[in-house]
Amino acid sequence: MLKRIGHSVREYKKYALISPILVAIETFIETFIPYLMSKMIDKGIIPGNLAYIEKLGVFMLIGTFISLAGGAGASWYSSKASAGFAKNLRHDLYHHIQDFSFEDVDHFSTSSIVVRLTTDIMNIQQAFQMLIRAAARAPLMLIFSITMAFTVDAQMAMVFVVSVPLMAIGLTVIIAIGRPLFKKVYQRYDGLNRVVRENLRGIRVVKTYNRAELEDKKAEKASSSIYEVFSKAERILQLNSPIMQFVMYGTLLFLAWFGAKRIVGGTMQTGQLVSLLAYAMSVLMSLNILSNVFNQMTISLASAQRIDEVLTYKSTLTNPKNPLTDVKTGEIDFDHVDFAYADDGVTRLEDINLHIKPGETIGIIGETGSGKSSLVQLIPRLYDVSHGSVKVGDQDVRDYDIRTLRDNVSMVLQQNVLFSGSIADNLRWGDEQATDEQLVQAAKLAQADDFINSLPDGYDTYIEQGGSNVSGGQKQRLTIARALLKNPKILILDDSTSAVDTHTDSLIQTAFREELPEMTKLIIAQRISSVQGADRIVVIDQGKIEAVGTHDELMNSDDLYQDIYNSQIKGGETHAKN
Amino acid sequence: MQRTRVAGRAKLDGSAWQILWRLLKYIMQKSHFALFIAFFSVIVSAGASVVGTLFIQRLIDDYITPLMKVAHPNFTPLLHMIILMGAIYLLGVIGTLLYSQLMIMTGQKLQKRIRDEMFTHMQQLPLSYFDSNDYGDVMSRYTNDVDTLRQMVEQSFPMFINALFNVVFTLTAMITLSPTLTIISLIVFALSIFIVRKLSSKSSYYFRMQQKALGNIDGYIEEMLNGQKVIKVFSHEDQAKAGFDKRNEALRQDASMANGLSTMLFPIMGNVGNILYVLIAVVGGYFAVNHITPITLGEIAAFVQLSRSFSQPIAQITMQLNSIIMGLAGAQRMFQLFDEPVEQDSGDTTLVYVTENEQHELTETSERTDKWAWKTPEKDGNVKLTPVKGHIEFKDVSFSYDGKKTVLHHISLDAKPGEKMAFVGATGAGKTTITNMLNRFYDISSGQILYDGIDIQNIQKASLRLSMGIVLQDTNLFTASIRDNIRYGRLNATDEEAVEAAKLANADSFIRNLPKGYDTVIDGSGSDLSQGQRQLLSIARAAIADPPTMIMDEATSSIDTRTEALVQSGMDNLMKGRTTFVIAHRLSTIHNSDEILVIEDGRIIEAGNHESLMQEKGEYYELYTGKTILE
Repeated sequence: MLKRIGHSVREYKKYALISPILVAIETFIETFIPYLMSKMIDKGIIPGNLAYIEKLGVFMLIGTFISLAGGAGASWYSSKASAGFAKNLRHDLYHHIQDFSFEDVDHFSTSSIVVRLTTDIMNIQQAFQMLIRAAARAPLMLIFSITMAFTVDAQMAMVFVVSVPLMAIGLTVIIAIGRPLFKKVYQRYDGLNRVVRENLRGIRVVKTYNRAELEDKKAEKASSSIYEVFSKAERILQLNSPIMQFVMYGTLLFLAWFGAKRIVGGTMQTGQLVSLLAYAMSVLMSLNILSNVFNQMTISLASAQRIDEVLTYKSTLTNPKNPLTDVKTGEIDFDHVDFAYADDGVTRLEDINLHIKPGETIGIIGETGSGKSSLVQLIPRLYDVSHGSVKVGDQDVRDYDIRTLRDNVSMVLQQNVLFSGSIADNLRWGDEQATDEQLVQAAKLAQADDFINSLPDGYDTYIEQGGSNVSGGQKQRLTIARALLKNPKILILDDSTSAVDTHTDSLIQTAFREELPEMTKLIIAQRISSVQGADRIVVIDQGKIEAVGTHDELMNSDDLYQDIYNSQIKGGETHAKN
Repeated sequence: MQRTRVAGRAKLDGSAWQILWRLLKYIMQKSHFALFIAFFSVIVSAGASVVGTLFIQRLIDDYITPLMKVAHPNFTPLLHMIILMGAIYLLGVIGTLLYSQLMIMTGQKLQKRIRDEMFTHMQQLPLSYFDSNDYGDVMSRYTNDVDTLRQMVEQSFPMFINALFNVVFTLTAMITLSPTLTIISLIVFALSIFIVRKLSSKSSYYFRMQQKALGNIDGYIEEMLNGQKVIKVFSHEDQAKAGFDKRNEALRQDASMANGLSTMLFPIMGNVGNILYVLIAVVGGYFAVNHITPITLGEIAAFVQLSRSFSQPIAQITMQLNSIIMGLAGAQRMFQLFDEPVEQDSGDTTLVYVTENEQHELTETSERTDKWAWKTPEKDGNVKLTPVKGHIEFKDVSFSYDGKKTVLHHISLDAKPGEKMAFVGATGAGKTTITNMLNRFYDISSGQILYDGIDIQNIQKASLRLSMGIVLQDTNLFTASIRDNIRYGRLNATDEEAVEAAKLANADSFIRNLPKGYDTVIDGSGSDLSQGQRQLLSIARAAIADPPTMIMDEATSSIDTRTEALVQSGMDNLMKGRTTFVIAHRLSTIHNSDEILVIEDGRIIEAGNHESLMQEKGEYYELYTGKTILE
């Protein structure tokens, strides 16, 4: 898994390699300095050898400057490497997601994908930088320091054989006990979030039923449950610093006592003791850093897993090997089509057989959940059939290049989405090269030109994210115009005029009939009036075709159609959307 | 990570000292003793570490060097010294243990207390607070802000004080050892602090940029994923990828700069310590050899050690100062919430259960009966009981949120007990605002609203709201069992009553079909129930409360026709015998209303029943025949 994610380093690999080398240089010089210092004291200061002091001093200063350059360089290049790595990882992930089908996106959910692309990758970036910088530094420092300590005085250095494992055991135990507790803390935070969120959203209900006390109790319970685990977890983790101090002070005292004896005994020199003390500090410090690194790494491991899960997810829709790149006609055939969504397996469409001639206008009517949308989504391969086949221009849709197919099948979706940008930008989604005249023409067909012109900035009016500054009906008309600009062979309107008033709706229908006779048109609607003029109307009920015919035929032969018709006449049928 | 990310954002308006002082007072209220002990423990811990460094000098000068000169060294004084040091060290360790544990306890208790008190306070805030604040923003006060505050108390406070005393002690020790060498050290440090400040102000700029770039990319992903079907249908994948890559590259640049500059601080501070270390040794050695200033070998050794450890606390202070500012920003946001004025309530009329005898006299009772009355205390000390009927009158009511723009104009209406009154109008016309006046989610600006003849200003808000059930489009269920969700309407309802309410709401059959029936635990955000089923539960919740008046927001068309019919009949069941206000979204369900009010721009433009309005051939007629549409 880590290897797979690691592939994303690519062009930043050189920075990632330079960084630990620079760290090694820095660390090496840093650990060497106390050794030189002992030489300086024992051979320079005590005998009063000024020349030696000067010579060694300059040498050491140059060394520290190199070390400084190494350290700063490591920071710089590790940041470059990790930020670049994160960029590539985001790139790979996002591009992979673009090939996902809707089932795949639904599988992960939008918010979880956003979190993976932002927070999770940020965690990995941090961990990666740590890996090539701090994680390289701590073990090096440990090894160098212990080696140097043994070089200075092997007998005295034996103290590390006791203190290092002692410290290591202490830290391991703390992490082992603390970590599961921290995991629990995060879970309990979810509980608190839930209580607050539900309270904020439901504040009208809370106030109506006077449930402030009950809500207080819930919040108190959630905050207590965090407190219990969190304070325990933190208290255990905080034992780290007194333990570290204890071992460090113990080591110092040991070195002081036995060092003094050895110096007096003549087997050791004062400078050596001073440098040993410095090494003791670095050894214990590096252990501490190591434990931090370890802790951080495991946190980001969870993030890495979440990213890998997406990266390795195989999209359920794929392009055929030798795809067809030309759609001949707007003819559509449904041949014994069964369909079920993968996630629940419930059959949505059953044994659908339907032949649609090029240029025909087909109305589709049926209750919510009867399978109307599922039926038309099979045509541009938003989903694939479970059994049977869907053909466009006498070829199975699965044999076409997906892009070719979708360029020829224009679909106005039920959830009509506009993107932030001007109206013209949004319309040009249909055809990037469209001229202004073409935009106006499409907008006229969709009965959108009038209202666009009434806006202060006309076609340059900026659409907010999600299209919040135009009304539902206007949005629907814009999305229809956008679909028309593609000049497709097949146009599908999935309940796309529900927020448009009946008069405008009929203008759109007329325009379609008169201006676009060659285009095959499939119109899903709730209102009978929207499909009344179609060549044929398909009535769908519970995933099956109940009847096919013209309005008059169905009024005579089909009970369900009559029922729908009657209910709309009686009820006045005004879909007042807000 | 989290901390550095927030660093860029940390901004304080107002005086940091004021917030700090207020925060300290807040903490002191509960944990003054622990804080006091912790403060001294920090000083002890810092002292022990400085004394420990000085110990090396004493060891070399006072013990090792003299002992080297005698033939038969006596190690007893040295042993005593070691034992004494051991005791001091132990004291330091105990100090560290004490303050770290105490501060954790303080911080943890503080975070719990803040959360509880914030929540309790929030429950008392008027609805305008909830309507005008972003939920995400409020929620982050409970999590992110409290967390940074906790970190500040647990770590930054003690570390800052520890580092501060460390600097003071170390500096004192250094001056005592050698003023000349101290000056050299200080110059080098001044230089390094200057570089650090430059770097950190630069890096915090890039952190802010990174944060912005991150927000930018976040919004882009969200927009693209939400519109993914459209992207597919129009084969716009390449453009979507290109747009992403552009933002991604911007993020990389800022992240690289921000991290590059900020992580550079550590090697700089560390190596400055080393440079100083060498410098002191050279200069000190030079002094000692040439006898320029009286300095001993031990003093040099100790000074070298001191100056090396000096860089640590200084870096610490800069870092902690940053997190303290961040923590204070969190504290400020928390105090802001505390400072929000709570909902005012001057009503003294309350809702009580009563029994009625044959002479129609009412007697208050603590038990639940099927009759409610308004209980108003009178000046003479008696109480007046008015039977609750559900008669509601608006008399020339106007309303403005801000005192400038009037959103309701001269609304007058009269809903007799048991009548059904429907509001029709476009989104934003003021339908919901009228009902908000009724249960006093907002208070009217002028005019009067009477409930059974009593001005609702005089009714205690809790009682008023209890007498009015609501069924909203946003069903707002809570994470709990279905039974508890129904019982939210009346906490002491029995299981049988819950089932009865569910039956009335047409919810019983679907509930029974669930594997665990009434004990099924549902998720408040509700992915496990359909919109229609949630609607049915909210009807059942209102039914169990059994209020004399109902406010109903009709379901929109997002539910399937069969469930919609169930919801409609459930609502009809609930309306029976109650004064009901319906916010209508489709006209087919309201013909049977006693009165239909057509609202436009906060005014009633038409009123009457279905027949009379159809004859009028006005706005209602236009709507009904589909000539215009509500948008």
